[in-house]
Amino acid sequence: MQEEWIKVCMSSGGVAAGSEDVMAAVEDELAQRSLAVKALRKMGCIGCCHADPVVEVKPKGGKPTIYERVTPEQAREIVAQHFQGGQALESSTPTDEMFPHQVRIALRNCGIVDPECIDDYIAHDGYSGLRHLLADAGPAGVIEEMRLSGLRGRGGAGFPTWVKWNFANKKQADVKYMICNGDEGDPGAYMDRSIMESDPHGVVEGMILAGFAVGARQGYFYIRAEYPLAIERVQKAIDAARSYGFLGERILGTEFSYDLEIRLGAGAFVCGEETALIASIEGKRGTPRPRPPYPTDCGLWGHPTVINNVETLSNVTAILQRGGAWYGSIGTPESTGTKVFALTGKVKNSGLIEIPMGTTLREIVFDIGGGPISAKPFMAVQTGGPSGGLITKEHLDTPLTYENLQKLGSIMGSGGMIVIDEGDCVVDLAKFYIGFCAEESCGKCAPCRVGGKRMQEILEAISEGRAQMSDLDKLKKLAHAMQKASLCGLGQTAPNPVLSTIRQYAEEYRQHIEDRTCRARRCVALVKYQMELKKQKAAAAPAGAAS
Amino acid sequence: MTSPSPRQETHRPEVEALINLWKDRPGNLIMALHEIEKSLGYVPRDISQQLARGLNVPLAQIYEVLTFYNYFRLTPPAKNKIQVCMGTACYIKGSGDILETLKAQLGVQEGEITPDGAFEIENVRCIGCCGLSPVIKVGEKVYGKVKPDDVTAILSNYSA
Ligand SMILES: Cc1cc2nc3c(=O)[nH]c(=O)nc-3n(C[C@H](O)[C@H](O)[C@H](O)COP(=O)(O)O)c2cc1C
Repeated sequence: MQEEWIKVCMSSGGVAAGSEDVMAAVEDELAQRSLAVKALRKMGCIGCCHADPVVEVKPKGGKPTIYERVTPEQAREIVAQHFQGGQALESSTPTDEMFPHQVRIALRNCGIVDPECIDDYIAHDGYSGLRHLLADAGPAGVIEEMRLSGLRGRGGAGFPTWVKWNFANKKQADVKYMICNGDEGDPGAYMDRSIMESDPHGVVEGMILAGFAVGARQGYFYIRAEYPLAIERVQKAIDAARSYGFLGERILGTEFSYDLEIRLGAGAFVCGEETALIASIEGKRGTPRPRPPYPTDCGLWGHPTVINNVETLSNVTAILQRGGAWYGSIGTPESTGTKVFALTGKVKNSGLIEIPMGTTLREIVFDIGGGPISAKPFMAVQTGGPSGGLITKEHLDTPLTYENLQKLGSIMGSGGMIVIDEGDCVVDLAKFYIGFCAEESCGKCAPCRVGGKRMQEILEAISEGRAQMSDLDKLKKLAHAMQKASLCGLGQTAPNPVLSTIRQYAEEYRQHIEDRTCRARRCVALVKYQMELKKQKAAAAPAGAAS
Repeated sequence: MTSPSPRQETHRPEVEALINLWKDRPGNLIMALHEIEKSLGYVPRDISQQLARGLNVPLAQIYEVLTFYNYFRLTPPAKNKIQVCMGTACYIKGSGDILETLKAQLGVQEGEITPDGAFEIENVRCIGCCGLSPVIKVGEKVYGKVKPDDVTAILSNYSA
């Protein structure tokens, strides 16, 4: 453990908020004062993203202190106070409240290790069990630990990881592939990006172990091109791992040879879907195909292929370091372990959090998130992005598990969690999501291509005061047809936010249609209509009459 | 305008190098297109033709891919590309208003370039800085917690 350090958040969020200037100021101040703080480091995202740029300081013998929204001038002051006066500045860390409820497993190294330094990763137990697992445990042993862990895929569907690996492992084939899904298309979710940026080795190690378990010789990272920093750091991690003998021929002297490469996405949401993703890596349009056959039977270039999500793979590494039983003891019996959420929207502390499964929404929104950001009351939380639904305030005390979310008509999804308050309009939100799906539909199947468009048109009519109550039935019919007849998950789940809001906020839909009002005043056409109506009434009123 | 002769063979050495780099690697097409886009900002037709010959894929297949993915463009970009994030967090915090303000100030719609070639506006799906929402990106620089009133000041950092 280093005696003293100063770390500056250099994740995309931090950089966006100005952390490069802060870093430069720290370096300059240290140089001017001829202070040799050994550990001036880049750090990944600790999750307090609304507070960026974040700086963490630990003086000799002291406790680490986190400073938020640091300006370059403050950074100079922090350096002076901590490393010369030895006196900590008054601690300014309201975000401390974000940490007590968290259990950080997938995010264990985020903000702790230097993402660009393999030695630092190794110093934090990275690659520690690799030799033993490859040489002694064997694929069967690795898969057995995964079974004990109960880990379910974190990319959305929640399919047990060990089952998928077992299918692929049992499949007789000369060539098999492993793919890491780093496409992360869900609007409002950025956990995968953050993990790749902040702890790329944690995912690379997961990819090595997964490749070993299924019998692959080659693995691919499919990362969206919009994430340049993640791409850069994963590439660095792959190169470093190869130079240390963790990748390549006969890894660590075992029989296992395996290598990794990056392939870039190109801005198509549907490419997160596994069969579309495979087509995209093959250099084609990213259109999905019917399953079965599943990729574990017939995937990349026709060979058995396993696809796992970034967060899943980060968990894999932790599980195989600490044992499946350990992971399985966290969370609830059917939903084991932890889940990372991107807590955003109308909430005070917004950022990335990781909580044990079974934590209640109330703890997340109010204890960790600090409650709504403005004076407007909390209304609901949208989970699962465009495939999910709303969880209303009556259900704040429901423990979050795959099963419970489904019962409430939403899903876990990849972990976007958007807090909405009474300033938001559910019709507008439904319109937003269906608009997203209609635009992102690959167009291959008619139910999704046409259905999404038609639903979007009806919702537009509702938000502009041109609809009738019978349109709600049309919406529902279209929704059910899309769910049943679409080729892939995009179309099958696109109607969910619409159905969820109609079910839970029927009265608001009625107000939009019959009264032509929008409570939240988000639907511009209706607001204008009401203003016009008021004017007309005022004009029509007899002069001098009290209104 | 004279139509280019169909036999006209453009040949750019830097593209040749790129072709050689990717030629024998499976799934090379999208990666090669990324490299072209990265260095030129778009994928010109003559380069697609050279790529088609070099990688031995039909030109139609290259266009099939180019037109499917949002990331690739067939025309040169403006000097400064402004991306307005339309991820959910940004959207509910008002990125729609920022988009409207930008369109009004620059006098162009999404996807259009200002007459001086200085700016273009694009609305993009979640750039993953939700903690700073609403977010816009000009070139490589990200601006967080943007209000419509900030737009003028942000634009003044960039010139034609
Ligand atoms: C339209 C659509 C988009 C998807 N996008 C993603 C994504 O961005 N990232 C991801 O990991 N999985 C995504 N998935 C789920 C994947 O198809 C796949 O189930 C997942 O990557 C498997 O990994 P896991 O078992 O580790 O979750 C998407 C699915 C659909 C239907």
